[in-house]
Amino acid sequence: MQLQEIMKIVDGKVVAGKEHLDHDIDEIFAADLMSDVLAFTTPGSVLLTGLTNVQSVVTAHVAEVKAIIYVRGKKPGRDAIKLAEQKGIPLLTSPLSMFTACGRLFEKGLRSENDLVQP
Amino acid sequence: MNEDILFHQEFAISGRDFSNAGTVSTQIKSILKEIGFEPPIIRRAAIASYEAEMNVVMYADRAVVRLSATPNKIHINFEDEGRGIADIELAMQEGYSTATHQMREMGFGAGMGLPNIKKNADVFRITSELGKGTTLDITIFPD
Repeated sequence: MQLQEIMKIVDGKVVAGKEHLDHDIDEIFAADLMSDVLAFTTPGSVLLTGLTNVQSVVTAHVAEVKAIIYVRGKKPGRDAIKLAEQKGIPLLTSPLSMFTACGRLFEKGLRSENDLVQP
Repeated sequence: MNEDILFHQEFAISGRDFSNAGTVSTQIKSILKEIGFEPPIIRRAAIASYEAEMNVVMYADRAVVRLSATPNKIHINFEDEGRGIADIELAMQEGYSTATHQMREMGFGAGMGLPNIKKNADVFRITSELGKGTTLDITIFPD
């Protein structure tokens, strides 16, 4: 599914990287804990998170996350936006809660490969 | 085994410098990409480096990072000066953490770092001396 379509599903807006909205997305991962993103995401996922600092973008870059959607109407800071533009990672913001954003995407058939995370 | 060094570089990390946290691992990632390693290998090296870099920023005073790459081996050494780790076995347990509220606000400090470094390395070695510092050796074999 194209990022553009995902953006519509979560009532999202682009904060950075609008030229990348044609990215094809296979998977979603949702977490506020960056260590969990580093440990459990599949490369190419979209990250839903409430953490808006620059670490969210560094984590996305390191873990090969294709785009970030900030939930609960949060907007990333200037540092995060600058780095995202450098690294070509689109940033979106959604007014929805994490639960509802995930629920809507799940309803549309999006999944996460690590559905059953083994410790 | 071909031991020709493709690349060697040293980097410095300052403890408590939260605004620059991640710059060294981002550089390591670009270097490995430029050398031409496969994306899954680069991702493992970048994740392990980033976790280690965050540990330095969160807990140590400073560190030197040494990256060396040959066609068959990526080696990343983190040598920090700082408080050290009292009980390495405990620190390696998932969920064990001594993080502060500030660290947790940044999305780290959940006790996942060292186990995740180990998971992404082919060989992982950690030594520590209380009051002196901690040394990590992360080795990844690209084949």
